[in-house]
Amino acid sequence: MAAFRINRRSFLTSAALGVSGIALSGCDAFDPVSDTDSRVRHVLERANDLTYRVQRLLGGRDSLVQEYTEADIRQPQRPNGVTSPDDDYYKGLLANNFADWRLEVTGLVENPLSLSRDQLMAMPSRTQITRHDCVEGWSCIAKWTGVQLSRVLDEAKVKPQAHYVMFYCLDTIEHGEDGPIKYYGSVDMIDARHPQTILAYGLNGGPLPVENGAPLRVRVERQLGYKMPKYLRGIELVSGFGDIGDGRGGYWEDRGYDWYAGI
Amino acid sequence: MKSAAFTEAGPSAEPAPAKTGTLIYRQSAWTRLTHWIWAIALFFLLLSGLQIFNAHPALYIGNQSGFAFDNSVLKFSAENTPSGPRGYTEILGHRFDTTGVLGLSGPADNLEDRAFPAWATIPSFQDLATGRVIHFFFAWVLSATLLLWLVGSLVNGHIRRDLLPRGKDFRQLPRDIGDHARLRFHHTGRYNTLQKFSYGIVLFILLPLMILTGLAMSPSMDTVIPFLTDVLGGRQTARTIHFTVMALLVLFFVVHIVMVLAAGPVNELRSIITGWYRTDPADEDRKT
Repeated sequence: MAAFRINRRSFLTSAALGVSGIALSGCDAFDPVSDTDSRVRHVLERANDLTYRVQRLLGGRDSLVQEYTEADIRQPQRPNGVTSPDDDYYKGLLANNFADWRLEVTGLVENPLSLSRDQLMAMPSRTQITRHDCVEGWSCIAKWTGVQLSRVLDEAKVKPQAHYVMFYCLDTIEHGEDGPIKYYGSVDMIDARHPQTILAYGLNGGPLPVENGAPLRVRVERQLGYKMPKYLRGIELVSGFGDIGDGRGGYWEDRGYDWYAGI
Repeated sequence: MKSAAFTEAGPSAEPAPAKTGTLIYRQSAWTRLTHWIWAIALFFLLLSGLQIFNAHPALYIGNQSGFAFDNSVLKFSAENTPSGPRGYTEILGHRFDTTGVLGLSGPADNLEDRAFPAWATIPSFQDLATGRVIHFFFAWVLSATLLLWLVGSLVNGHIRRDLLPRGKDFRQLPRDIGDHARLRFHHTGRYNTLQKFSYGIVLFILLPLMILTGLAMSPSMDTVIPFLTDVLGGRQTARTIHFTVMALLVLFFVVHIVMVLAAGPVNELRSIITGWYRTDPADEDRKT
């Protein structure tokens, strides 16, 4: 029985050993998983495919996010990422209140488009009060007004080979070795045609401010903020994004973030 | 193997040697396997979760995070003071200097402004993308094995037989608390009352709540089960609950390890690795 009775010294010794084991376990042993070429990481990343499939299965094409009321708008929409593009071309457009700005719709479409802000605003609009969820963890409720992306896609007559919508932006988010990198991103055709996916030109009853992406930004309400590019310049319908950037479908995706951000 | 769960050799099978007690097959392979899968999954979920938390080290009540108003309940920050940079933890308006561990940590010549220190996160440096990749992989592992375990344990009777507290357990509760407080343990084939309670709370309340609050933070799940976010008090409240349950699971882990060490680490570890457990000799049992 002696073996099971508490001996203070042996108890303290084993407790100390246990605690030091836990402390050692933290450290940097798992840092190599940070490398986007890591084989272990590629296995772990498959969980994102599973999440994508299961959430698509559960949500279907058109499940809607909650819409809130005016009373829930308690603060300005918090901007993130680039909030004041330093690009001369953008500044020029801004100086002219975006009169010379056009949204180019290209790629796998029958009818490529070049739309001015007035043309977009003349199309039927949708206003929605929704919760913006940032990948960092915070949320903010705001009222967005814009045109459903599906209406623009219908006008452009998307070809059946198109599987993704690429978004190209005016803002330089990083000065890379090969020159400035402008923000880019992508969604699948299901989210592109989702009823709450809009190209927003209005925020909280006014025009979209520069810090939130003027003149036009995307709202993809079933996903996190990094899937909703600001300062939109062009939309390209593509069958795949393997040859764009590093091939993972977006600026943040190329830096290790999951392509599907529904969670 | 499942049917072998908790099969006791029985003290009556052969007279037990007075000094050593009887070896019984206490933990089924299924129990041992899920125990270790959860141990590994929770280790990675905790450290990657703290990495994710560090990206925005504040918790709020409600649906949104107050930037123009204050609805925060916990906040970590670092500030420059006349005596150098300091790290602070603010809980419900009360501020504590936690320099070195929370808010500000790292080597003295390279202090970093971060909520949880490098030794508590995976990766050790700030890397939200990798933290998320690791977190959601093990979230699937935990959810899938918990669901399998629940169904399997309902079918094979593990829950009813070993975990469900009975009238006797409630009657013995005061004595069991006293025994634990004095670190006096009875090694039998059955879980004692506090074991049933703590394992039950973890398996049926804390872990399911962890999964539900995790799902309530997903903008896509919000379209499938919007009532879940509402019931939990909004997305940011769900995040706060997620964090609180994490702290409770860490507390469970610490107590669990202390109990294993106090009750006899060799015997306890053997039973959760091989299934075999040495019970107290019958005569010793009577004395206590």
